[in-house]
Amino acid sequence: MRLLVIGAGDVGSSIAASLSGSHEVVVVDTDRERVDALTYEYDVLPIHGDGTSLDVLEEADAAKADIVIASTDSDETNLAISGTIKTISDAFTIARVQKLAYLETWQRSHTAFGVDFMVCTDLLTAQSIVRLIGLPTAKDVDPFAGGRVQMAEFEVPTGGPLTSRTIQQADQYDGLTFAAIVRDDEAIIPSGEDVIEAGDRVVVIGNPETVRQFATAVTAEETVEASRDVVIVGGSSIGYQVARLLEERDIGPRLFESDPDRARTIAEQLPRTTVMEHDATDLDFLEREHVAEADIVVATLDSDEKTLLAALIAKRVGVERTVAVVDEAQYVDLFEAVGVDVAVNPREVTAEEITRFTRERRAENVAILESGTAEVMELEIGADSSLTGRPISEAVRDFPEGVVIGAITRGGEFVVPRGDTVVEENDHLVLFAREGVVDDVLDLL
Amino acid sequence: MSRHVYVDWRSALSLVGRVVKYLSVPLLIPLFLAVVYGDGILAFAVTIAVALLTGTLLESLYPDDVDIGAREGFLMVAMSWLAVSMVGAIPYVIAGFGTASTVAHPVNALFESMSGFTTTGATVMGDISVETHGEALMLYRQLTQWLGGMGIVVLAVAILPELSVGGAQLMDAEAPGPGIQKLTPRIRETARALWKAYLGITLLEIALLYGLYLTGFAPNMGLYNAVAHGLTTMPTGGFSPEARSIEAFSAIVQWVIIPFMIAAGTNFALFWHVLSGDPKRLFRDDEFQFYVGVLGVLAAAVTGVLFTHGESSIQLVELLSGDLEASARHAAFQVVSIVTTTGYASIDFNGFNEAGTFVIVAAMFIGGSAGSTGGGLKIIRWLVILKVIRRELFVTVHPEAVKPIRLNGKPVAENDIRGIFGFTLIYVVGFVLGTAIIVFDAQRVDLTLSVLEAASASAATLGNIGPGLGIVGPMNNYLPFPPTTKLVMVGLMWLGRLEILPVLVVLTRAYWTS
Repeated sequence: MRLLVIGAGDVGSSIAASLSGSHEVVVVDTDRERVDALTYEYDVLPIHGDGTSLDVLEEADAAKADIVIASTDSDETNLAISGTIKTISDAFTIARVQKLAYLETWQRSHTAFGVDFMVCTDLLTAQSIVRLIGLPTAKDVDPFAGGRVQMAEFEVPTGGPLTSRTIQQADQYDGLTFAAIVRDDEAIIPSGEDVIEAGDRVVVIGNPETVRQFATAVTAEETVEASRDVVIVGGSSIGYQVARLLEERDIGPRLFESDPDRARTIAEQLPRTTVMEHDATDLDFLEREHVAEADIVVATLDSDEKTLLAALIAKRVGVERTVAVVDEAQYVDLFEAVGVDVAVNPREVTAEEITRFTRERRAENVAILESGTAEVMELEIGADSSLTGRPISEAVRDFPEGVVIGAITRGGEFVVPRGDTVVEENDHLVLFAREGVVDDVLDLL
Repeated sequence: MSRHVYVDWRSALSLVGRVVKYLSVPLLIPLFLAVVYGDGILAFAVTIAVALLTGTLLESLYPDDVDIGAREGFLMVAMSWLAVSMVGAIPYVIAGFGTASTVAHPVNALFESMSGFTTTGATVMGDISVETHGEALMLYRQLTQWLGGMGIVVLAVAILPELSVGGAQLMDAEAPGPGIQKLTPRIRETARALWKAYLGITLLEIALLYGLYLTGFAPNMGLYNAVAHGLTTMPTGGFSPEARSIEAFSAIVQWVIIPFMIAAGTNFALFWHVLSGDPKRLFRDDEFQFYVGVLGVLAAAVTGVLFTHGESSIQLVELLSGDLEASARHAAFQVVSIVTTTGYASIDFNGFNEAGTFVIVAAMFIGGSAGSTGGGLKIIRWLVILKVIRRELFVTVHPEAVKPIRLNGKPVAENDIRGIFGFTLIYVVGFVLGTAIIVFDAQRVDLTLSVLEAASASAATLGNIGPGLGIVGPMNNYLPFPPTTKLVMVGLMWLGRLEILPVLVVLTRAYWTS
């Protein structure tokens, strides 16, 4: 496939990085240095210029592109690019926007702005945060098969119940598959004898109920309830969206915002959120509002430094779990290293969402592990698939190394994949695949 | 020292003239009745002539196209009501000239006219009967209320094309409650929609009441009475052609009038939504829910009082004890009548015990909904005040909390909340000052009057309710007061109908000069 990526920022670069191996990628940006730098890192064609101009698009041979991804930092530019593309090409257009209003317009009519698929950065980020709030202790949660299957990534704490046990010992759950252990940024496909070490991340795929039970086993805590008492620090667009999504789930969060006008605006828009106009780094204030008793604190301020400070102070006063929204992708590891439980980068979330569309013909849903070492994808089995009618133990022999069938749904029902499970037509498979073998797997099916 | 005057008073008065001129059109109805009944033709013929003459004279002050701004709007609205009431007093004077009629006295005539147009329903008519005053004059009395109910200025906006631009200003100054809801892009269409709903419900009530008469359920409710009560229920007026008000009619008539009074105290914009196919809007409305809730609670309280406590100075009230239907009916009727500021009575509530009287007095300060024909402080203001109190309590515990006040899910601007508190304060000050003047003036002429009676009279005129307690109770009238007090009450009714500010603002220096 030929892909045209316009806007070589974090999102554009990230998309180019994950797709340049298997597709022809053209990257367009107004910043010459940035596009040039990309060519040294990835095998892409750089074009310097304004993506809203027809001359530049023709130079990039946009008419031949299968997919055009508008991923500049300006919503309006991305919409203009999509509209412009439609005048010269039939390419599938993907546009990234921050403003929810554009997404709502597009959802009303899928032809709006000439956009075929719209990705709202802030909403996606908020959605992934809200999923984390629903499953405490997880680092990452992604739904598959309409929510009947969940992929979750957990970090194994020192001294936790799982530490130093083998996979066989840990696997006491019906309906749960250990897809991988991520150790030192490398995904290991575990066998029964592999030992789980403290600091490892385990990736499990299963039905949501079992994943929830497993979440309890990861930490020493008795039960893991979905967080009810949520504090959001910072009324950014993401903070606002998190509060809005929580309200939809009947959770009335508290939101701290120091700017009076912004606080008022949010309070007007969110009737069930308790908005407080104050600086969340004031310890007296945190004590007076009993923030220590919150189940989770989500920090999303206008700079990474402030966000980090707010998250660490929350942790300091005794909050069990903190989630921080980090603008700079390279800080994600750093945040988690100094004590923030989960760091979320909106651009990574966006790139992940866009990437899944490049595989839209075969895979329906794709999740990329945070470290980029593996992907989880959902596939529907057609009549002509090589898997149809064969038991899994036999079928996997054709697979390249590093692939695990995590779950199957058949007619909306969850099926535990075992060696003797026979794959049927129309089954939905949730597959875990290590980096680099994804396209081989797709070719196989 | 001369200062520049920034108010285009000529164009404002010119519009007042136009309203006065057009007042002659509805006056044709009582004139027609006078011809039919052969009584009082002169009274209405002269009044029509005066309306046409003074109207045309005022109008000629500024013959060109008029441009109405906010300031001119206040002046025009305030003066229109005063001018219309003055012209409207003429029939009482002429018709009563040389007879025993108490309303023939110019001050009394003005009181009756202002009470009519402002839909107060307080009367100085000594003998309320068709026999004494004639059908034409009595129906004219009801007609003034019907015209005043939805608002003479709203009517003018609906009919006069030249008011279409400044119309929103004018309706804003006149319409009860904070702000107006524009229902259609054109203000004229909005004004017409409101008047259509008003006219439609009035006709429905007249038909129902007359239907009860025809089917034998309401022997006293002849066509004349049905029309008269239809014309005075919907504007929450309360001028009944019967001296004993609704007590003169059967129980079923009382039950039928209750929902119409409730409708009259409801925001008419909601009816418009119901008629345009969105009936849920009515029941989802915060103010309507609160309004119905308040009516229900107060009616239940008074029902309990009437049902259980028989000891009373009035025999009829005594008879209610133990009769649940009658207790509930009279409780609901009185509560609805006072809250909506209609001012009808199905029983003399002067005979209620202290608990019952207390509820009635408290109800005088509630008022109808915004955008209704009801007077008083208005339900919506109380709702906002209660919400603000709740917020204050929360903020005491959480000083940093930002909590907007919401109505129907939409945040209310803090400026509007300040306006509501300001208005409420001015209203209370007006009520206290009114009470003080009534008490002192009564003392001056040796009129025996308790402070509670004086206070109820002040509240009943300022709130455009009508009946108060004791001397001004529902079966009595305002006749015993000296002319000075009556003039003050005329002022209170005027202030109350226009929600004080349009009148007060015209009296400030800043309004005219800066």
